[in-house]
Amino acid sequence: MRTRRLSPGRVLAWIYLAVIVLVTVFPFYWILRTALSDNYALLGNPSSLLPVDFTWGPFKRVLGLATAEESLAEGGSGATLDLGRYLVNSIVYATASTFLVVLFSLLAAYAFARLHWRGRDFVFGLFLAALMVPGILTLLPNFVLVRDLGLLNTFAGMILPYGLFSAFNIFFLRQFMLGLSAETEEAALIDGAGRMRILFGITVPMTSGPITTLSILGFIGMWNDYFWPLLVTTDESVQPLTLALAVFKQSSPQSQPDWAGLMAATLVAALPMLLLFMVFGRRIVNSIGFTGLK
Amino acid sequence: MTLLNTGPAPARDLPTGPAAPRRRPASPSHRGDGPLAWLLIAPALIGFLVFAVYPTLRGVYLSFTEFRVLTPPKWIGIANFQELAGDPVFWNSLRVTVYFVVVAVGLTVIAAVTTAAVLHRLTSSTVIRGLIILPFLISGVVAATVWSWMLDPQLGIVNAAVHAFGGDGVQFLTSREWAIPSIAFIHVWKNLGYTAIILFAGLQTIPPQVYEAGRIDGAGETRMFFSLTLPLLRPILALVLVLNVIGAFQVFDLVSVTTKGGPANASNVLQMYIYSKAFGQFDFGYASAMSLALFAILIAITFLQMRLLRANESEQA
Repeated sequence: MRTRRLSPGRVLAWIYLAVIVLVTVFPFYWILRTALSDNYALLGNPSSLLPVDFTWGPFKRVLGLATAEESLAEGGSGATLDLGRYLVNSIVYATASTFLVVLFSLLAAYAFARLHWRGRDFVFGLFLAALMVPGILTLLPNFVLVRDLGLLNTFAGMILPYGLFSAFNIFFLRQFMLGLSAETEEAALIDGAGRMRILFGITVPMTSGPITTLSILGFIGMWNDYFWPLLVTTDESVQPLTLALAVFKQSSPQSQPDWAGLMAATLVAALPMLLLFMVFGRRIVNSIGFTGLK
Repeated sequence: MTLLNTGPAPARDLPTGPAAPRRRPASPSHRGDGPLAWLLIAPALIGFLVFAVYPTLRGVYLSFTEFRVLTPPKWIGIANFQELAGDPVFWNSLRVTVYFVVVAVGLTVIAAVTTAAVLHRLTSSTVIRGLIILPFLISGVVAATVWSWMLDPQLGIVNAAVHAFGGDGVQFLTSREWAIPSIAFIHVWKNLGYTAIILFAGLQTIPPQVYEAGRIDGAGETRMFFSLTLPLLRPILALVLVLNVIGAFQVFDLVSVTTKGGPANASNVLQMYIYSKAFGQFDFGYASAMSLALFAILIAITFLQMRLLRANESEQA
């Protein structure tokens, strides 16, 4: 490979790749650049590549640290937004949903992979069918159900429909467990260890790779979820960041939106994912490729 | 279906216990598995029955009712579907959605295949792959907000660039003709990297000897792409295509944040119309009927997928 000369084709391919990377990354820079600008000053200089009249104001506005006067002076709408609370809501919602669905999928996958019981293949077949059937039809009835259970505007109502069951997770973990040698477990059984001790002492540690993969992908999905929380929450005390941002965007004045504030809010909403990416970047990239091959 | 056969041998003979004169008597450790197994799958099974099976059936039922949320549903037969057939807004939504799906998925897949192939032949840099999946990590709401700003007709950087090259400013999200292409572009931006990484992983399963052989036979890169890469990639390409189509048919976040379906229904995709019927007008019966229609479309696509995949299997055999 290394000995091959740069042909025109390869140069073209590199240029293509550079354009793709640039178009992909530029909006992230633009968020930062706008979020550090004075909203009034932006009007006069919309295409400056650097922040216009550098200020932390937009972040103060969306984190509820600016007074109404300060906000208006920098071109904010005067409305204050306290993203801190929504940030906590998002953390609770995404963490609890992800933890529960991975735990319950793990338990089920173990039952399918290692235990012998009547009806196993039948139940597994049913779960597998759920993987094929799109969930679109469940949205409205699930809203009605959650409402009838009195769980609107509660974390329980947000979490339950997606925190108990994931056909994909169960399938993914079962396939992995089937590939593991059962010898250690059999030996432990003969030594008289209980099933639960084997599950958490032997199987779970050996499955830690796929568990991490599913947890990361699940957390990303839940963190970015918008439609379901939109249906079942109207109360700020439980709404996640995605909703707060959408409301902030939709309620900003048509004539002159607070773009700097909006970009600061956007950055706050995206930041945890970007941090996750910095820590688990390689793993995320490999996970996506891996799950696609399944 | 082959998935079902990869497990350990079915345990059908186990309940007869050690008395059964079979080879390999069930190890005593497996005898008490039943109750524990049901306990372990209980949470998932409850979630499956209560939040997947029951609502799916109820969704079908609600499609045949007049249901205004606050009063109990009333059976009205196929009236919702008759109304649907004569609802110009619904047909417009269906047209708009298909237009979006074709543009968004078409561009995503073409760009993703190109990107994956280029990555595969040029570099295995994790950094580059990491950078291009960044948009996958952020929510549709964030993506839609950023692009609303960048595509703003007056202050947006995109129109600034258009002006710089001597073009006229474009009303990206505020004109009838540009609304759907603009949202489709945002969708492509958000999904390109993710799709490319899946395809890239598929490419890595192709043995390098295939390319060595191709080179020895004197094939150039372009020839190898069309004669080797694409055919070998087809099974995973079919999968990616279908997942993308199904996802795009249900687009909501991007539309909800950028245009709310406007201007004048020009971007009123199905999911948006369903939402406004259900939560704007509280017409849950009608909204359910539309969900059922969308459901039928997605099922049809899923079956098409299986046909495609099976066709591939027999071709390679």
